[in-house]
Amino acid sequence: MRTGIIVFPGSNCDRDIEVAIKKFSNKNPIRLWHKDTEIPNLDLVVIPGGFSFGDYLRCGAIAAKSPIINAIKNHYSRGSAILGVCNGFQILLETDLLSGSLINNQNLKFLCKNVSLITQSTIESPFTRGLRSGSIINVPIAHNEGNYYANDQLLKKLEDKGQIAFKYLDSENPNGSKNNIAGILSENGKVLGMMPHPERAINTYHSSQDGKFFFKSLFNHLLG
Amino acid sequence: MKSTRINNEFFSLKKCSLKQAIKMGLTPEEFELICKNLKRIPNVTETGIFSAMFSEHCSYKSTKKWLKKLPTQGIQVIQGPGENAGVIDIGGNDAIVFKIESHNHPSFIEPYQGAATGVGGILRDIFTMGARPIALMNVLRFGETINPLTKHLLNGVVAGIGGYGNCIGVPTVGGETYFHKSYNKNILVNAMAIGLAKKNKIFYSKATGIGNPVIYVGAKTGRDGIHGATMASAEFSNNTEEKKPTIQVGDPFTGKLLLESCLELMKTDIILSIQDMGAAGLTSSSVEMASKGNLGIFLNLDKIPVREKNMSSYEIMLSESQERMLMILKKGSENEAEKIFKKWDLDFSIIGKITNNKKILLEKNNKTVCDLPLKMLVDEAPEYNRDYKIKNCNNKIHSKDIYIKKTIKEILFKIMENVNFGSKRWIFEQYDSSVMGDTVVTDSESNSSIVKVHKSDKNNFSGKGIAISTDCNSRYVKNNPKMGAMLAVIEAARNICCSGAKPLAVTNNLNFGNPEKKEIMGQIVATIEGIKKSCEFLNTPVVSGNVSLYNETNGKSILPTPVIGMVGVIQDINKVIKKNAKNKNTILILGQDDQKDDGWLGSSLYQEILYSQCDGKVPEVNLKQEKIIIDFLTQIHANDLIIAAHDISDGGLLPSLMEMLFKNNLGMNINLPKKLMNLNRSNIYKLHGWCFGEDQARILIATNDPAKIITKANKNDIKVFDLGITNKKSMIKLGNYDGFSTKKCYNLYESALPKILLD
Repeated sequence: MRTGIIVFPGSNCDRDIEVAIKKFSNKNPIRLWHKDTEIPNLDLVVIPGGFSFGDYLRCGAIAAKSPIINAIKNHYSRGSAILGVCNGFQILLETDLLSGSLINNQNLKFLCKNVSLITQSTIESPFTRGLRSGSIINVPIAHNEGNYYANDQLLKKLEDKGQIAFKYLDSENPNGSKNNIAGILSENGKVLGMMPHPERAINTYHSSQDGKFFFKSLFNHLLG
Repeated sequence: MKSTRINNEFFSLKKCSLKQAIKMGLTPEEFELICKNLKRIPNVTETGIFSAMFSEHCSYKSTKKWLKKLPTQGIQVIQGPGENAGVIDIGGNDAIVFKIESHNHPSFIEPYQGAATGVGGILRDIFTMGARPIALMNVLRFGETINPLTKHLLNGVVAGIGGYGNCIGVPTVGGETYFHKSYNKNILVNAMAIGLAKKNKIFYSKATGIGNPVIYVGAKTGRDGIHGATMASAEFSNNTEEKKPTIQVGDPFTGKLLLESCLELMKTDIILSIQDMGAAGLTSSSVEMASKGNLGIFLNLDKIPVREKNMSSYEIMLSESQERMLMILKKGSENEAEKIFKKWDLDFSIIGKITNNKKILLEKNNKTVCDLPLKMLVDEAPEYNRDYKIKNCNNKIHSKDIYIKKTIKEILFKIMENVNFGSKRWIFEQYDSSVMGDTVVTDSESNSSIVKVHKSDKNNFSGKGIAISTDCNSRYVKNNPKMGAMLAVIEAARNICCSGAKPLAVTNNLNFGNPEKKEIMGQIVATIEGIKKSCEFLNTPVVSGNVSLYNETNGKSILPTPVIGMVGVIQDINKVIKKNAKNKNTILILGQDDQKDDGWLGSSLYQEILYSQCDGKVPEVNLKQEKIIIDFLTQIHANDLIIAAHDISDGGLLPSLMEMLFKNNLGMNINLPKKLMNLNRSNIYKLHGWCFGEDQARILIATNDPAKIITKANKNDIKVFDLGITNKKSMIKLGNYDGFSTKKCYNLYESALPKILLD
C-alpha cells in the first residue's frame, strides 16, 4: 500500500498526518510538492490541513489551481482514494471532486475544540467500511471556515445516496453546518473530505484516541 | 516626522536638525553627544539609526544596570540573554529555545495587526536560532470591562494572535488574561514562543568572516512600522491614532514560508550567522550582527527588495516590515541558498558584505548615505542610572477589617462570574491548541501547559514533555514589587510542579510605566531584585527577556506587570498531573497550617472583587517553605500517589478547589478545622479568611491514598489538612454554614467572559 501527502505552501498538518499514517500503516508516505505534475501509482493521496496560500482569495481556491491538481484528478480517475482534512476538504470542494462549500463559522470565529462525530451509514467506501454506523468518535476541530453549505437539492442527494460520512451531534454543531455535516464522500465513495482532525487524536497523551478507529479501519481496508 | 519629507531621499541626506532629532525620540543631550563624538552633524538617515539604537526598546538604557544582576548561569544553560532567545539543555541532544516579548503599544493602536505581528516576531526569534517552534503562550492585560474600548481590543487581539499562530501552524497552548482599569489606555500583549532544536545545531547572530556576503531574505521592505521601536519607547497621549503608520502589518503565510525555508537551509552548513529583522528592522539587525562579531558591515540599499518605488534610505533602514531575515553565508554558497528561497517563493538578495572597518557603511544611488562607527551605536549607547524610590504597602489587612456581610456562597458566586477568575474558554477556543499533534495538556486542563518533545517516544515509552507557565499577579507587585515578583516566579514554579514537571529556566517580560519617574523606577529595581531572589533559590536562571517601558497615557501608568515565563521538563508525559479530581478522591491541602495561616485577604482577589481596589500588605513569602512543598509534591508524585493537583493562588482555597471539581461535576462535604466549627456573627470573618485567603506555599491534591501521604508529610514536617472526599452528588457542603451546587458554580465560571462580550 502506498500513500502520498500533498504539500502546498502554507500546509501545516502535513507532518501530523504523516505521523498518523506511519503509525497505523507501518509504511512511510511520500511527500508531493504542489508544483509536481505527476503522481506515481498510489493507493491513497492525502491533502492535509493548514492555510494553503494563506487562505488568500478564498480557502483552498489558489491551491485548486496548482499544477498537482490535474495529477490528483488522474489519480481519482484511476479509482484510487483521496482524503482531505480541514483545508484539504476546502481544496477538494474548490476542485469539484466534492460538492458544496465551506463558509465562515456561524459565530465568525476560529474554533478549536473536541467534538463528537456520528458515523453515518454510507455507500461503499474505504473510509467508512470498518466503522460501525451510529458509532461516535471524539476528535478535535480547528477551523474558521468549516460551516458546510449546500442547497436543499444537493443535501437531499447527499443524504439519499449515503454520501455523508460524519455528522456533528445535533446538540453540539460547532459551526452551523447544514444537516450537522462534518464530512462528505464523493459519489463513488473514494473521496472523503472532513473538517475534524482524526490525526490529532491517536496517542495516549492526546485528549482523545478515537482517531485510531478511523485510521485502523482505513488501512485495514487499503492494506487488504 | 511628516511622511512628505522622510520619503524623499534628498531630505534623508540633509543634516539633521535638533528639532527633527527630538521628534525621532532622541533627547537634546543625546543628540548633542552624538554630534560631539561624531565631530559632525549626522544626516537624517544616520540620526534615525541613532534614535532607533538608542531607544529604550533596543538599548535597555534605563534597565541595563539592573538587568545585569539577574542570575543567568546554570548547568542547563546553553545560551543566556543577549541572543535572539535563550537556549537550555533538556538532555540527550535536545535543546529548548524560548523567549517572551511584548507588543503592547502597537496592539493598542491596531489590535489585530499589533498582536499578530507580536506573535510573528517572537516566532522568528525562535527559528532564527535553528529551532522549530513547538508552542506559543500569551499574557494579556486589558482595561476594565465597562470601558467600551475593552471589547474591541479584546476581540482584535485574540483574533490577531489566533490569526498568526493558527495559520503558521504552531499551537497556542496557554497563557493568562487579566482586566484592570490601569490598562484602559495601555493594554499589554506579551507573546512567548518555545522551540525545539538540536544542541549541536544552534545558530547565532554574531557576524564572522571579512568579505562574506550579507543576504536579505523574506518579504519585501515597505513603508510600514517606520520607527516602531521608538514609538514603543514613548508614552501615549491623546493622539495615538496618528501613530498608525508606525504599525507593522503581519503576513503569517509569508512567515510560514520563511520558517520552512530557513529550517531547510539550516540543515546545510552554509549559514554562518543569522538574525531576524524585528524591532528597528534592518538597522538593529545589521548593527547588532556586525558589532557582536567586532567587524564592520557594508550594505547597498539599492539591492534591498522594496514594496514601493522611491523609498528613501531613511525609510528602508527604519521600516519594520515583517517576515524578513538577515544572514551571513559562507562565500560561494549563495546559489545553493538562493535555490531554497526561490522554491518557497521568497525574495533573496545579496545586499552587502562583512568588512573589517568596524563601521556601518550604507550606499544608495552610488552615494554614501551613512557612515557610522558601530562602537558609537552600541558600546557608547546611553545608559542611565535613574533615580528610584521603592514604595511598599505595609498595611496588614486583617480578615476582620475587610470581611463583607455576605454568605460564602454569595461571595464564591461573585468570584466565579468575575472575569478575572472565570473561564477564558471564549479566548482559548479561538486558538489552535492541537496542531503539530504534540500537545499533551493546555493550562485549562493542568496547572501548566505541556507539549511533547517530538520523536522522543520509543516503543512503549510515550516520550518526554516541556512544561510552560506564564504568571504575574500585579496586585502583589503593586503593593510590594519585590515580594510580588518573587511570588510571580514561585507561582510559575508551583504550576510547573503541579503538572508533574521540573522547573528549569525563566524568560521575563518587564512591563512598566515611565522609568523617568522615581516610583516607577523603584518598581523596576525592586522587581528585578525579587526575580533574582526567587530564581537563584529555585535554580531557574533567566535566559532571555524583554523590557517594555512607558506604558503610560497622559501620565497614568499601568500596574507594574513583570511577567514570568517558566519552562520545565517532564521525563514521561504519561505522568502529567491534571487539575480535575475524580470521584471518591480525598482532597488534601499540602502546607495548610491552621495555627499560622489566618486567611490573608490583603491584596487578594476577594478584596479586589468586593471592594474594587487592592491594597494592603501582600502575603508572606517563604521561599524555603515553597521549595519544601513543591519538592514534597514531586516526591509523592514519583510514588504515584497523586490523581490531580492545583496550586492555591488567585481567589484562595475555595475557588481553587472548585476548579478541581468542575470537570467531573463532583460534590463534597468540606471538613472544617476545629477553630471554625462554631462561629457566630462576630467571628464569621474567620471563615471568609479560610475560604478566600491567599496565603502562599499551599497546594491542593486529590489522592486515593491519603494515609500514606499524611504519614510521609508528618515525617517531613509538612502540615496537611484533609478537606474530605469527593462524591458524585455535585453539591458542596461547607459545615453548617452553606451549601451550593457545583454545576451552578461552573455555569457562572463559564459565563464570565461571554457575559461581558454580549453586554
